[in-house]
Amino acid sequence: MAAPALAVPAKAAEMHGYPEDMALNPNFVPQGIRRGGVRLSLTDDTDYKTVKAVFDRLMPADELGPSASEAGCLDFLDAQLAGPFGEGQSLYRDKPLDPKADEMMQVPQFIATPRERYDTGLKALEAYARKTDGASFADLQPNRQDEILEGMENGTISLGPDINTKAFFELMLQNVREGYFADPLYGGNKDMVGWKMIGFPGARYDYRAYTDKTGQKLGLEPVSLIPRD
Amino acid sequence: MVMKRPKADVVVIGLGWSGSLMCEELTRAGLNVVAIDRGPWTDTSTHTPPAVDADELRWASRKELLRKPRDLTTTFRNTVDQIAAPQRDFGVYELGGGVGGAGFHWAGMAWRFSPWDFQVRSKTIERYGLKRAEDGEMQLQDWGITYDELEPFYDRWERIAGISGKAGNLKGEIQSEGNPFEGPRQRDYPTPPLKTLRMMELFNKGAKDLGLHPFTIPVANISQAYVNPLGVSMGPCTYCGFCLYYGCGNYSKSSPQACIFPTLMRRENFSVITEACVTRINKSSDGERATGVTYIDAKGNEVEQPADIICSTAFIVDNVRLLLTSGIGQPYDPRTQEGVVGRNFSFQTVSGADMWFEDGQINPFIGAGGLGSQIDDYNGDNFDHSELDFIGGAGILTLSRDGQPIAKANNIPPGSPRWGSGFKKAYSKYYQNYGTLFNQGCSMPVKGGYMDLDPNYRDKFGVPLIRLTYDYATSDRNMAKFTMDRSVELAKAMGAAQVSPFNFAAKSFSTAVVASDHVIGGAVMGADPKTSAVNTYLQSWDCHNVFVVGASAFPNNAGYNPTGTVGALAIRTAQAIHQTYVKNPGALVEG
Repeated sequence: MAAPALAVPAKAAEMHGYPEDMALNPNFVPQGIRRGGVRLSLTDDTDYKTVKAVFDRLMPADELGPSASEAGCLDFLDAQLAGPFGEGQSLYRDKPLDPKADEMMQVPQFIATPRERYDTGLKALEAYARKTDGASFADLQPNRQDEILEGMENGTISLGPDINTKAFFELMLQNVREGYFADPLYGGNKDMVGWKMIGFPGARYDYRAYTDKTGQKLGLEPVSLIPRD
Repeated sequence: MVMKRPKADVVVIGLGWSGSLMCEELTRAGLNVVAIDRGPWTDTSTHTPPAVDADELRWASRKELLRKPRDLTTTFRNTVDQIAAPQRDFGVYELGGGVGGAGFHWAGMAWRFSPWDFQVRSKTIERYGLKRAEDGEMQLQDWGITYDELEPFYDRWERIAGISGKAGNLKGEIQSEGNPFEGPRQRDYPTPPLKTLRMMELFNKGAKDLGLHPFTIPVANISQAYVNPLGVSMGPCTYCGFCLYYGCGNYSKSSPQACIFPTLMRRENFSVITEACVTRINKSSDGERATGVTYIDAKGNEVEQPADIICSTAFIVDNVRLLLTSGIGQPYDPRTQEGVVGRNFSFQTVSGADMWFEDGQINPFIGAGGLGSQIDDYNGDNFDHSELDFIGGAGILTLSRDGQPIAKANNIPPGSPRWGSGFKKAYSKYYQNYGTLFNQGCSMPVKGGYMDLDPNYRDKFGVPLIRLTYDYATSDRNMAKFTMDRSVELAKAMGAAQVSPFNFAAKSFSTAVVASDHVIGGAVMGADPKTSAVNTYLQSWDCHNVFVVGASAFPNNAGYNPTGTVGALAIRTAQAIHQTYVKNPGALVEG
């Protein structure tokens, strides 16, 4: 690869001596997600209703805690899909993509970004429901929604020839779990309901007082990275 | 026009564990050293203090500290008659994204290999006969050095890192704690072992009931405040449970940042160029030596860094790729088994058993990256293989690492609902009741397992990706099944109410299936230039001023994590360079 004719000498990236600036950059601290704000990525109302319905079947409201949407998982997902994760910034996306290689790889490989996969997947799920049940997925009875989701999970339902249906189900399941159990900073796990459900003490950093109390109930209230007043 | 920088005595490619240890040795000996790292400056106080560190989504789910597959990946296939496809998302390659390399985010298990691991060919022939070593598939070869020769360098690395543990074999005398199967040590670890947490208590009792010999894993999550021989201070581990994939906010996980940078960065004769990717090692016109390296800097300029000595201390994929793109050493051809660059790729053969208890109250969120208990009774050649159909074995271990809620949602008993109210009920119960027995098994090289340059896919600089061709050796598959059965016995002895065995080697290998992130070999060391790319000082047989250091040098992988052995080899090579090579440049070993 040839350099441009007038090469600019490399600077600033060469380091001599220990850097003097050792403080945490405020831009490096994750910004909290504003709940119920303007949607950044899930802007299509039908898509939003569909994924809300899916998420609330994957993590429903019951005696153990609120539903995914009540816990903020849709705010979480919207923010995630609008950011580097949604835009697939980690992925190697060079072509060609050979879907026949998925069997050899054992885990399907995608060039499409998560945001693109939600876009096509949610529309395909909605089209499926309209075709088989004559109604919007979001308006189906919960047990019928569960049937469809089970079919997606076990590979008996295909949402279309160009969609890896099972992989799309797994993507949604992974993201709703992330939303329910990540730090509330990211929009989900509102009031730490996910952590309270399982007994995870959250963003604590020192357990030395407890290492000898093996096998004991510790009763530690969870804390979040969100600073408390 | 390519800009040319002033010549350095040594240029070091990649400032991870190997690079940092070598830069420290070489600068202290007075050499002028320039390191080049593709990543940005990354450090504890700026990137991973407690204020941001306790965040599973960011560091473990999104892996923000790791090098993105977009920037470094390989293609992969199992056999030569397949077309390799790219590993597009995170998989087995878990390099660091910044300076410090994987050494900044690793878990911290700090092992020495056992004496047998260095001589798998000759020891197997000696004990079990030629046919067991030459089964037609494996490509066994000795390292050219013994454990005893490496022992002082293991000691030196452990002291720089502050490793916490208890010796099991002091100068040949077996100690009451510690691992009775380990190679003999001259002295104990620099800091005492970490605490025994609940899962380790259950493991230790079950193992002892079976007549096995459990011990606390030696770790780079150190147990108390410590000042290392370089004068750098480390703090005590707080068992925070945010370790593997995370930086450490306490200066208690050994890393180049925590152990070496504070002194190295202050040396006049050292500088590091960050966000710069070396694309080529340049050779002299007669091809006998290298003249320096070419890199692409953060602005996209091509720059030449001349040097008298070149140390390639990048991740194994890049070490091998640089040799191939620079034309140093003959590439390996699996059809003829001729050539040396790319041969002897190995991995980690993993099986084990997941366990669920009743009323376990494990408190899994208390933990450290490398913390756990292990037995070596079924590792290496520690048991008689006469009636068995494999060589080697696995360290069977349990972890007290973490209780991260997103990841642990997968660890509910088989048959439990994965979503819905049934899932919420199962996870509420089993979050406190899950454990695993992880058999970290040896990995023997196979004739068909190697790396070369992919013909179809390139990186953002236009350099071909590495193509990995590999599948598990039959011997390793048999070993994985055997050790899986042993782990089921142990799980029952531990009182597990439900046991679910697993075996990654029951299927083919894939870069997308993360049984482990220990990718090994490709530029292996040895006494014979026909079967090794570098000699026992990790010096290239082809260009005497090029040293290729890292896990790329291992001719086979052992039933242990690789970092301790990486560190020991790096220190040994650096000392050979400044004690011997610079006074009389040339081959350090007769080929």
